[in-house]
Amino acid sequence: MKNSLFKYCLRLGDNSLILGHRLAEYCSNGPYLEEDISITNTSLDLIGQAEAILKYAAKVEGEGRTEDDLAYKRPEIEFYNVQLTEQPNGNFARITARQFFMDAFNFYLYSALKESTDNTISAIAAKSLKEVTYHLRRSSEWVIRLGDGTNESKIKMQEAINDFWRYTSEMFEMDEVDEELIAKGIAVDLKPIQDLWNKKVDEILAMATLIRPEDAYMATGSRKGYHTEYLGYILAEMQYLPRAYPTAKW
Amino acid sequence: MSNTIEELEKQFQEKIDNEIKIEPKDWMPDDYRKNLIRQMSQHAHSEVIGMQPEGNWITRAPSLRAKKILLAKIQDEAGHGLYLYSAAETLGVSRDQFIQWLHEGKAKYSSIFNYPTLNWADMGAIGWLVDGAAIVNQVSLQKTSYGPYARAMVRICKEESFHQRQGFEIMAKMMAGTKEQQQMAQDALNRFWWPSLMMFGPHDSDSSRSSLALKWKIKRETNDTLRKRFIDKTIPQAEFIGLKVPDPDAVLQPDGSYKTGPIDWDEFWNVVKGNGPCNKQRLDHHKRAHDNGKWVREACIAFSEKQDKRKVIAN
Repeated sequence: MKNSLFKYCLRLGDNSLILGHRLAEYCSNGPYLEEDISITNTSLDLIGQAEAILKYAAKVEGEGRTEDDLAYKRPEIEFYNVQLTEQPNGNFARITARQFFMDAFNFYLYSALKESTDNTISAIAAKSLKEVTYHLRRSSEWVIRLGDGTNESKIKMQEAINDFWRYTSEMFEMDEVDEELIAKGIAVDLKPIQDLWNKKVDEILAMATLIRPEDAYMATGSRKGYHTEYLGYILAEMQYLPRAYPTAKW
Repeated sequence: MSNTIEELEKQFQEKIDNEIKIEPKDWMPDDYRKNLIRQMSQHAHSEVIGMQPEGNWITRAPSLRAKKILLAKIQDEAGHGLYLYSAAETLGVSRDQFIQWLHEGKAKYSSIFNYPTLNWADMGAIGWLVDGAAIVNQVSLQKTSYGPYARAMVRICKEESFHQRQGFEIMAKMMAGTKEQQQMAQDALNRFWWPSLMMFGPHDSDSSRSSLALKWKIKRETNDTLRKRFIDKTIPQAEFIGLKVPDPDAVLQPDGSYKTGPIDWDEFWNVVKGNGPCNKQRLDHHKRAHDNGKWVREACIAFSEKQDKRKVIAN
């Protein structure tokens, strides 16, 4: 149980940490100042969520590690974020598509986790839900605005949706970790969340006059610590100082 | 009976002398407006360009707490840019125009941001020294004669004092840390000390615009007065955590103030003219982000126009 809960927390925390990191990379690159602030703000929310969940993960593990040890001293194979979160920023449509897919997932996930029998997870979910509700509203509006904007923005938004589609089924994969924790009421069944997610995506894509892609190759692996090539570079950069100066405190 | 220019100027100066704020719709001399447009847009651009040297370390911030603080700080700077552009727009120039002037090299930003950030302690040095110098200037500007500018400054000063404290905290932590961290901190101070002193602008004797700006109370205190206040405050802070300012001539005087060595004004003017280490990089980055965002801004307008048409049809 301890191991499963630890791993479950890492999944949640790593999703926020890596997506937050990607958004932070975009700072000073926004299409205009208000949007730059908005993206940095979302990043800040996500890093805060990661900090809270990883802190709990460290406590559950009980090996004396901290949230920073988990963020800055773990190797790639022990990261469990879904591959979508580590995909590079590219243009603004890609950032929007990635964010929308994750926000919709997080919204339904945290709405359900709010009822978790684990008090810490339920408290973190309730706090995160307030932030994620706003994130989802914002990214949905952007999908619609870009999809129904100019021809150029429509093409770019559709391309981004198509390109990232392959990374969207990984969010709903379940294994023995989920089974064990669902039985105890700690984790939630992802099947109903997938149904809600599909409904939301269909609704927003329709409003955006965009087409839902067909499922083809769907990426998998993050539940076992397998990632795309991008995660290694993120960690090389993110973990550089703590790894180069292991005894230093910052 | 209409007022003559002379009468308007007299009334304007009386308001200034009586500490009555000038508001956007009030009459003001052309040169007052021009002076403010230059200074406020330069200030706004500085906040925005200043996001880059700090943004350079977000992805390498060494703890989750450090990353959150840096993100929040950069977000604040962007917010300051917004207030200042908005305040400057009350003078009848649009933000698009300000940005165009920046890209054309007609508007400047603070030269301090043309220096690179080379190690993590630079995040401390920027907060402590650069924001520290900015606060000294901005506290004074809270009393500036143009109402929207003064009010923007009040808000900005509140956040800047947090920035300075977090910068000093980074430096203090590093000085209490390993030998390598101490070296990084000293190196950061060595590189940022002189450029921070230059932030206050040329000596009063060489500052061409100062006298008019002081008469109109756009500036409330001279460059040298503000610089000296910063020096006297900052050297003891450096010494308190074991850092040494890179000025062999810095000496404590009996009255508690510091006498310091000469500033290399050739370097200052060189960087102002565009020949600093990062001038091209910073401006190119801003232009690239602006150009890359063009299709997004166009999409926003197109979408909003479609929405308006739909509303008309629906009604």
